[in-house]
Amino acid sequence: MSLLEERVTATHRRQLLRTMLLIRRFEEVCAELYSATRIRGFLHLYVGEEAVATGVMSTLRPEDAVVSTYREHGHALARGVPVAAIMAEMFGRSTGCSRGRGGSMHLFDAGTRFLGGNAVVAGGIPLAIGLALADRMRGSTTGGSDPVTACFFGDGAVAEGEFHEAMNLAALWRLPVLFCCENNRYAMGTALAKEHAQTDLALRASSYGMTAWAVDGMDVLAVEEAATRATEEVRGGGAPVFLELRTYRFRAHSMYDPDRYRTKDEIAAWRAHDPIPALQERMRAEDQLDDDALADLEKEVADLLAEAVATAEEGPLEPVDELTRFVTSPGGVAADGLA
Amino acid sequence: MSAPAATAAPTTGATTTYREAMREAIREAMRADERVFLMGEDVGSYGGSFAVSLGLLEEFGPDRIRDTPLSESGFVGAGIGAALNGMRPIVEVMTVNFSLLALDQILNNAASLLHMSGGQFNVPLVIRMTTGAGRQLAAQHSHSLEGWYASIPGLRVLAPATVADARGMLAPALADPDPVLIFEHGSLYNSSGPLPDGPVELERAAVRRAGDAVTIVAYGGCVPKALAAADLLAAEGRSAEVVDLRSLRPLDDATLMASVRRTHRAVVVDEGWRTGSLAAEISARITEQAFFALDAPVERVCTAEVPLPYPRHLEEAALPQPDTIAAAARRTWE
Repeated sequence: MSLLEERVTATHRRQLLRTMLLIRRFEEVCAELYSATRIRGFLHLYVGEEAVATGVMSTLRPEDAVVSTYREHGHALARGVPVAAIMAEMFGRSTGCSRGRGGSMHLFDAGTRFLGGNAVVAGGIPLAIGLALADRMRGSTTGGSDPVTACFFGDGAVAEGEFHEAMNLAALWRLPVLFCCENNRYAMGTALAKEHAQTDLALRASSYGMTAWAVDGMDVLAVEEAATRATEEVRGGGAPVFLELRTYRFRAHSMYDPDRYRTKDEIAAWRAHDPIPALQERMRAEDQLDDDALADLEKEVADLLAEAVATAEEGPLEPVDELTRFVTSPGGVAADGLA
Repeated sequence: MSAPAATAAPTTGATTTYREAMREAIREAMRADERVFLMGEDVGSYGGSFAVSLGLLEEFGPDRIRDTPLSESGFVGAGIGAALNGMRPIVEVMTVNFSLLALDQILNNAASLLHMSGGQFNVPLVIRMTTGAGRQLAAQHSHSLEGWYASIPGLRVLAPATVADARGMLAPALADPDPVLIFEHGSLYNSSGPLPDGPVELERAAVRRAGDAVTIVAYGGCVPKALAAADLLAAEGRSAEVVDLRSLRPLDDATLMASVRRTHRAVVVDEGWRTGSLAAEISARITEQAFFALDAPVERVCTAEVPLPYPRHLEEAALPQPDTIAAAARRTWE
């Protein structure tokens, strides 16, 4: 069964719903932990944007790589980075997915080929094309198993020079990258129309000669369908594809942001398109979900998070004498960063 | 303590230029390991802006001798990504001035990823670039900013001053699991010398000339000037020891301090600006580690604090020169 056929099954949709719920509840737990000063640093929540990570990531294969941003809890969870390791990272424990050295903005996980976690908004985009270049040069150019690099970034990054340098290189060299532009309409607190002369971001990407289109980023099924088409095109032809995923974050840019730049009405209007109830309603309408099933799902997620918090808090702190470890690699023959 | 013999790499007896030595090192690395490729502005058909890669396109083809657009941040970042994913890229940036456009990638990614990821993602990348003045190229092609890069944890920074080092540093740099920056001084490309036999060792500074009256510390394009200064001093009956740092990060404190403890005087030569320079760091280390061996304050000879000017006489006046180095050495004997 192809992914497009599978999309309509209850099992598959339950999985999508579970992932979105896990992201939503994870973020809510983090917000509480942050307010209680149990986790610190910057905390950028993804609430409202869950359909993007969930829909895109469900189309990826284990050999694909993911490059993300500082708002990446959702990407990491949807990619399958272990929940407990992400939570431990929030607590700065050595059991965290980056041994506590990265925190919220720098989640890394070699096992799922999750390469962060980049807090300079366009900084991950050149990395992504390099990963794809290596896949190309290593000779995986035929058949259906060509790896794809999925690169996430926001509308703010489209104003950076690095974005345009990387777009040009990716199109010029026909690199297998899926560019996922999460257009949540604000670069921190600056509205799209105040940051871009041309606010149609897919149109701008298409000027580089690559396939690009905009997708309703509040509809996980629409995201998944678009990402399926896009990854097939990337794998098949080896050329990059750009998806502009139109979405919205319901919460402020970070926990420090008083959110004075948008109206309550605007936020309420977008909340009416919350991707999680939207999927639930669709599943109920097609007899794929009832109250009991939803309650079970919520409990499963809550239990998972409670256990993650408990183990994270009990996790060891890295000894201070390990401070300078990993600044450079231990001596010896160079090891590949990705197995 | 007696002065050591000046260090010389074993050689095959043949001589070549710094430019050809670097080209040969690239050729050898690419023949030895198919993961190695060269990427940068004009490295292909043009042959490299300093003709280092001339002829390599014909041998290795456009995939492995890869011309890039003028997108420093884009292609340096692509090099980092390729290194993360199993390749061994050599990225050429035309000059250190232009590398500032890629500073985000070099500092925030190449130097930081290993630590930030808790040891999961190392970046086995080599970035080569030219540095330095002396060719009347004015401010935006002449600066010496390698000292800035030498302050960044997570990077290894090399400055080959000799043909032997131009030939021998690349292979161990490529074998290093972490990012290595190689700074080639533009005025050295036509210099010639004996070819070394095999790779050189990266960790140690080299005593290029043994002496017992003052230690002149230099690196890269200032090493020939330091040696010329030592000639001037020798004519006056003073024997200067010339230490070539070779590695700017990490610094070889042991060789430096051993020399200063023998000579009791130090002159640090650096083509960077004096304020916040590598020379300042070295001077501080000498004071921290060998203060009681000093018979005079540490002298510094750096570039004047100006954007490098175009006219020959002003450029020469701005840069360390054999006579200004010799004058600084004489001050340590006053």
